[in-house]
Amino acid sequence: MIKEVVIKTDKLTKRFGDFIATNEITFEVYAGEIFGFLGANGAGKTTAMKMLCGLSRPSSGNATIAGFDIYKQTEQIKRNIGYMSQKFSLYEDLTVLENIQFFGGIYGLSDKQLKKKSNELIDILGLQKESKKLVASLPLGWKQKLAFSVAVLHEPKIVFLDEPTGGVDPIIRRQFWDLIYQAADKGITIFVTTHYMDEAEYCNRISIMVDGVIEALDSPINLKQQFTTSTIDEVFYKLARRAKRTENLK
Amino acid sequence: MKRFISFVKKEFYHVFRDDKTLLMLFGMPIVLILLFGFAVTNEIKNAQIVVCDYAKDPASQEIINKLSVNKSFHLKKALLNHSQIEEEFKKENIKLAIVFPTNFNEDLLHLNKAQIQIIADASDPNTATTLINRATAIIMDYQKQLTLNSNLPYNINPEIRMLYNPELKGATNFVPGIMALVLLLVCVLMTAVSIVREKENGTMEVLLVSPFNPFLVIISKALPFLILSLINLAIILVLSVTLLDTPIKGSILLLVAESTLLIICALSLGLLISNNTKSQQTAMLLSMMGMMLPTMLFTGFMFPLENMPVPLQVIANIFPSKWYYIIIKSIMIKGLGFSAIWKETLILLGTTALLLILSLKTFKKRLE
Repeated sequence: MIKEVVIKTDKLTKRFGDFIATNEITFEVYAGEIFGFLGANGAGKTTAMKMLCGLSRPSSGNATIAGFDIYKQTEQIKRNIGYMSQKFSLYEDLTVLENIQFFGGIYGLSDKQLKKKSNELIDILGLQKESKKLVASLPLGWKQKLAFSVAVLHEPKIVFLDEPTGGVDPIIRRQFWDLIYQAADKGITIFVTTHYMDEAEYCNRISIMVDGVIEALDSPINLKQQFTTSTIDEVFYKLARRAKRTENLK
Repeated sequence: MKRFISFVKKEFYHVFRDDKTLLMLFGMPIVLILLFGFAVTNEIKNAQIVVCDYAKDPASQEIINKLSVNKSFHLKKALLNHSQIEEEFKKENIKLAIVFPTNFNEDLLHLNKAQIQIIADASDPNTATTLINRATAIIMDYQKQLTLNSNLPYNINPEIRMLYNPELKGATNFVPGIMALVLLLVCVLMTAVSIVREKENGTMEVLLVSPFNPFLVIISKALPFLILSLINLAIILVLSVTLLDTPIKGSILLLVAESTLLIICALSLGLLISNNTKSQQTAMLLSMMGMMLPTMLFTGFMFPLENMPVPLQVIANIFPSKWYYIIIKSIMIKGLGFSAIWKETLILLGTTALLLILSLKTFKKRLE
């Protein structure tokens, strides 16, 4: 079986003056895959992700997202990706329903689609009672689940999640991952950065970045074998220890 | 277009759900107008007046009686000579002097026409106008009374003199000043804060990742404030016309057009500030310092520019509010047309274009 490649980078590099945030990273992500993008703070994960989403222009190298060129076809790329930022990315002073309608609206969903989608979404999340409440009044876990659902509302090919589960308890995180699996089952490719090593275990494949370079890339099982450890945590620790940069150099 | 509408709708939700924004948006102009309008005119009770009665006849006595009975006035003393009036104004806290010529009653009865002179201290122009209006009303009341009793057309003609400030500068001057202040402050501050808020909340990234055009993001953010500012403008104008008797002598259309220009100028400045700041507090401070202070100082509505040192007068030229103030004063108070203000309009237009280009450029740069 030939796997369809949805993200392909070739020596993608971002420099800020003398500082090289990501240094010639080359990797592929396949359709329907849950791809974990790991790295210590300041390793260059966010920078790499921003380039892939079109938020930041690469200094050199190439990449295609969903088959579209990162330099020339940004409009097509934007239509085919979803994004959930590190900071929780809904409007607190809008109700649940208004948030769904707004984000659906800017992705150009029709009224009919929007109505159908928002009903579906509210049902799945069990937010019937809260749909007319301000998002600010929801617990953090709910907000994050809602933010994820909104990010995939327009059925993108790929969704980028930038540390989506920061600051929520393990149960909610588990529920959040259920949502991620559901999306992946529908064929949406998940590209996720995380700090939690248990989450890394949930991914199909993970890459570990150290000092702007991808040091390891494989399935969690293979990585554990390769580094002869029993957990990803140890793999990560072995690699991250080599880092010369610390966060304050960022 | 539909995307654009859902975006603008969202911006209105933001505004209408934030009490602070609403208060700032609509509370401030009303408070300013009332404060400026009534802080000056409020105390017109028992205003000290003097009379100089050369006639000393029933008609003049009657009018003087009516004046002294009125709550607005307190008759300080009766003078014997015209020349004492100026001295009284300087020495005492007198607001108004009324002079009856000799043969006042005779003239009125036989010629059906009589003169009366009202002199006001116009250094406080609002008070002066109000007092004159009240005094004139009392005199007209008397005149009406006379005409009722007989069929002859009695006519008392009050001749009004404004001492110290004959053009009544300052009387209606603060309304254009407040317009400049409110429009600038609201637009600069609100746009800057609302864009920076999206950055702080991380929603800006989400918007930029979406296929929604980044420049449309800016336009959709600015449009609600343009609309709300125009409503604000209407409120200020209605308040000043109804409560403060400020005239709008010129074309309202021109007034609105020039104000829209200033609003766009302010929105561009707000965008420029938001591009260069990361937190709402910084944006707020910058807008306040950058707009409120210079507008108060350099517009000329609080402190006359003519009295400032030359370097400050030169600096004042940089601020769009100065030009807007001149434009609005010309339209509202002097009733002039576009031909009289095209130069100022051109300067305002130039500033706006410059700010707009600069802000769009920095915005684009930030995107890359």
